[in-house]
Amino acid sequence: MAAHPVEVDNTWERPGERAPLVTGGHTFASLTDTVCAVWEAPRPPRAWYVAFAISVALLAVFGAMIGYLIFNGVGVWGLNNPTGWGFDITNFVFWVGIGHAGTLISAILFLFRQKWRTSINRFAEAMTIFAVMCAGVFPGIHVGRVWLAYWLAPYPNQMAMWPQFKSPLLWDVFAVSTYATVSLLFWYVGMIPDLATFRDRAPTKFKRIIYGLLALGWTGSSRHWHRFERAYLILAALATPLVLSVHSVVSFDFAVSQLPGWHTTIFPPYFVAGAIFGGFAMVVTLAVPARALFGLKNIITLRHLENMCKIILLTGMIVGYAYGMEFFIAWYSGNPFESFIFRSRALGPYSWAYWTMIACNVLAPQLFWFKRIRTHQLAMFLVVMAVNVGMWFERFVIIVSSLSQDFLPSSWDYYRPTAVEILTLAGSFGLFFTLFLLFCRFLPMVAMAEVKTVMPHADPHAHPHAHVPATRRFDYNPDEFDQEQPA
Amino acid sequence: MSHAAHTAAAPHAATAPPRPAALLVEFDSPGALLTAAEQVRDAGFRRWDTHSPFPVHGIDQAMGIRRTRLPWIVFVAGVVGCTAGLALQWLTNATSAADAPPGLWTIFQGYNYVISEKPALSLPAFIPVIFELTILFSALATVIGMLAMNNLPRHAHPLLAHPRFRRVTSDRFFLVIDADDPQFDPARTRDFLGQLPAAVAVETVPEDRSPTALPRGVVIAILILVALALLPPLLVARARLSKSTEPRIQIIQDMDNQERFKAQQAGPFADRRASRPTIAGTVARGDLAGDAHLLTGRVGDDWAAAFPPTLEIDLRLLHRGRERFGVYCAPCHGYGGAGDGIVAQRALRLNTEGWVQPTSMLDATVRDRPVGHIFNTITNGIRSMPPYGDQIRPEDRWAIVAYIRALQRSQNARLDDVPPEVRADLR
Ligand code: HEC
Repeated sequence: MAAHPVEVDNTWERPGERAPLVTGGHTFASLTDTVCAVWEAPRPPRAWYVAFAISVALLAVFGAMIGYLIFNGVGVWGLNNPTGWGFDITNFVFWVGIGHAGTLISAILFLFRQKWRTSINRFAEAMTIFAVMCAGVFPGIHVGRVWLAYWLAPYPNQMAMWPQFKSPLLWDVFAVSTYATVSLLFWYVGMIPDLATFRDRAPTKFKRIIYGLLALGWTGSSRHWHRFERAYLILAALATPLVLSVHSVVSFDFAVSQLPGWHTTIFPPYFVAGAIFGGFAMVVTLAVPARALFGLKNIITLRHLENMCKIILLTGMIVGYAYGMEFFIAWYSGNPFESFIFRSRALGPYSWAYWTMIACNVLAPQLFWFKRIRTHQLAMFLVVMAVNVGMWFERFVIIVSSLSQDFLPSSWDYYRPTAVEILTLAGSFGLFFTLFLLFCRFLPMVAMAEVKTVMPHADPHAHPHAHVPATRRFDYNPDEFDQEQPA
Repeated sequence: MSHAAHTAAAPHAATAPPRPAALLVEFDSPGALLTAAEQVRDAGFRRWDTHSPFPVHGIDQAMGIRRTRLPWIVFVAGVVGCTAGLALQWLTNATSAADAPPGLWTIFQGYNYVISEKPALSLPAFIPVIFELTILFSALATVIGMLAMNNLPRHAHPLLAHPRFRRVTSDRFFLVIDADDPQFDPARTRDFLGQLPAAVAVETVPEDRSPTALPRGVVIAILILVALALLPPLLVARARLSKSTEPRIQIIQDMDNQERFKAQQAGPFADRRASRPTIAGTVARGDLAGDAHLLTGRVGDDWAAAFPPTLEIDLRLLHRGRERFGVYCAPCHGYGGAGDGIVAQRALRLNTEGWVQPTSMLDATVRDRPVGHIFNTITNGIRSMPPYGDQIRPEDRWAIVAYIRALQRSQNARLDDVPPEVRADLR
């Protein structure tokens, strides 16, 4: 199996013709082989080891910083009055936002019958789950007395106290934990058939048992497929409003309070668009290196990347519109506090962060108007990196600029993060990438069963050995497979 | 499918030749599978199935699979989730110990928060959690329902033991007729299957003879785990039910016990007294020996009838008094001192229960009070009126008193209060 297939340009648009979603003349078997090769290879590529070493080191930093925080209290962070939320909540919103692309791809694009989602949905969903895990850490550790974080849950207790259900912070607890659970279910259910593939190809008894347990005894029965597909559709229909609700609820954390710059009705749609924008940027960030590293260029094709760039362009403009509309409303409302805070965002003490955000989120994606850039991997990688940075700064600007200059000028202050906060942010990337790299190595990275359904041979009415236009043929000999599997 | 349990129960199972559990036909394209499925369906077989690496389009009709009832299960779960969300918030946030039925354990009593004057049961604020729980319950029901209806997980399946069948998760398509089928006949069914167009191979699936019981090691491991898992709740239960004279175990101190010296304890000082005597030259609060008239409004044991002699009563002082009165007193007593400040007006409008009307400064009672008494009223409050002594400096309090006197004079003025030269203008 060619480890590094040739890039095929399938981004063309011709009336009356569909560009293939899988290139390279793949058959079902060769597709299975290609995806499983990542897992079957005796050892992963060297780049994997390098990335894994860095990630684990960062993860250790993360653990150390959290331990230091818990031991000493939140005083080790730069937070104080009036800026009581800083890096902690910025990171939380940043990671939750990233965690939106996966479910969006698996649920919303599924309902819209966007078939190209099949190649990227699995690892986008994995990314979602890992991002939500990173997100969940921050509210947990910022509460001060971490060992009492379980007070967030409504459980019968001797104090006869319950959570305050009229608070957006509590809605957040329910929204994020429901989202994490449903995303996990969605991811796992979708993976069952592919785990069965791993089970059936497992080279050792141990692996066969582990993947066999995970695959739940899946036999690909059509009666099972029937219910499976129904269940998948229902999950998609449930996850779609859920994904929209989660970031809306996160935005309520701000919008329901009275602070100028937070108290606006535009927040829910603006946050959701931002989440999709930032989430897709992260998917592209991961997809570009992963497809090259694991030889998946014919499955996660250039067309997939281009489609995602288009979504980034669109959502980037929605976000840009929201930035503009905030300023317009600040002026149009005639509210002096509101207009002050927005003038201060652009020209005040945090203007450097504001203009970083504008440059990264509004200007950089405009490059995606050009097809040359949408199909050039290095160029698109640079743009999405800018978006990743910009989306972090968006949350920073919203949170810190509003808090640091509230109604009372005598309490204004300039918030500076401490080294602990910066290292915690860096460390959260360690957690994210460690989990992601383990996922690439040990779980099916591409939804094989789903990709097969969008291949031309999957149509039962097609000629059984239909000629698939191939730029490059794979030397695939079906008999080899039988020899590998001792009867 | 035949059930593995039969085999395990049957005597001499290990020695008898394996009975066929099913016949299996392999195809290499979804189209071939679809045609075969239609033929098998038309031949009248009842217990059979097809297996494919991905859902084959149109196979449901070809096999005659009825639409699943899964959506109804999900719907019911959604309704349950929605109700649970509402009930949870209603019981915990919109009821209180007072509404609790007698004998309800404290841990189940509600806690009625009053938040920004919202009603206790305020649906709009409860919608997000109701929504999330609806989705959560539905999603769990979808997955659990789908697996249960599919009889999954099922790890011991005769097909899974067949080497050819392993390609079902890669690129091959299979049709399987169960030996339990009423029409099944080992030889005839085999011939029938062999004639299906594009069949790659027909093979017998032997009955699964792997033991159905869990291996001993696994059973022991599970028992040990269960026993260990029971340990913490048992320890908690024991602690709850027993009494101890030991102080409670505090894993995290939470600043409950701080390092400090208590009264009458030996301290680290030279005289070993932890409670320190006052330092020479300091004055305790309230002990300031100063001008009693100026600071307390008393002369001897009586209320001062005159302003303190150190204070010059002039226009500047009256202006100061008017300004301070406007800040501290007018909200209740009104700018004219008639007891009609905006706080009082609002209280009257809302018909506030237990509200005491601020006394009018123009009343005879207040007019007859010595200035020292009014001064003391400001300093320490009176009956329902709160004290303002720690907000207003003594000189300002006297200024306010002087201004009150001026108000009283202005509202009860006689003709001879007016300077003689302007008396003529009044008529
Ligand atoms: C919060 C409302 C409130 C404010 C502010 C307030 N008062 Fe009063 N005051 C009252 C009420 C109510 C009473 C009547 C108390 C009662 O009868 O229980 C009262 C009574 C009085 C009386 C009559 C006491 C008596 O001798 O019977 C005087 C004099 C008085 N206030 C002076 C002042 C002055 C001077 C200020 C400003 C420093 C002031 N009050 C601020 C509520 C207020």
